[in-house]
Amino acid sequence: MDRIPILRMGEFLLVTIQVDMHDQLALKLQDDLSNAIQRNASRGVLIDISTLEMVDSFIGRMVADISGMARILGAESVLVGMQPAVAITLVELGLSLPGVSTALDVERGMALLRRKIAGVDSDVATIAG
Amino acid sequence: MSQPSQGEAPLRSEKDIVLARQLVRRLTQDLAFSLVDQTKMVTAASELARNALIYGRGGTMYWELVQRDSFRGLKLLFADEGPGIPDIDLAMKDGWTSGNGLGMGLSGARRLVNDFELDSRVGAGTRVSITRWK
Repeated sequence: MDRIPILRMGEFLLVTIQVDMHDQLALKLQDDLSNAIQRNASRGVLIDISTLEMVDSFIGRMVADISGMARILGAESVLVGMQPAVAITLVELGLSLPGVSTALDVERGMALLRRKIAGVDSDVATIAG
Repeated sequence: MSQPSQGEAPLRSEKDIVLARQLVRRLTQDLAFSLVDQTKMVTAASELARNALIYGRGGTMYWELVQRDSFRGLKLLFADEGPGIPDIDLAMKDGWTSGNGLGMGLSGARRLVNDFELDSRVGAGTRVSITRWK
């Protein structure tokens, strides 16, 4: 069965979605990713959709779900590389992906992930006093 | 030999949704739609194909290259013989869903195209037709 590869880079996970996903593949990714976060105690997830030519409400929901699920497992996530035509279509479709952090490309996404994690760590330090 | 100006594609499995998207992408490219317009039509088709599969228990996508005055466009008809939609006004509302989707399928698809027609009868199935003009 098809599978979207999940790469581990230190405390981050990198997912590059390069195929026109059918729904089961999207669900499988959700499953695989939550397991990978737990197994590697990952702090951050970067999802690269720069080759995706379309995001419909199903894929949009999957992305939002992954982001929420990662947060519950203690990982931050950032969606990177959305094509302009996809962004325009998503907003018109009525999906603005609330709660999902985004960045233009992998580099900026990685920087954002680091800042987010540093933010979480300093909050924890404050509470722990 | 000229290209066919109409055709159909089955919507019986998730794979068919992907194939329908690819077909619509190719047709809109042949019509020289802009990238944004291609993406809107492909996304609308994806939503309606999934509706036909999940709520309509499978169906067919019929496509046709259409012309009005000097405008060319693509018309898609999604037909299923499923249970039909009891309350169309409710189904067209943003955020309303009878399944486990986001409820953006019908209302969202309507916003992505120029013409949208929905005909549904309880027990007889649902037909949604959309057209996007270049």
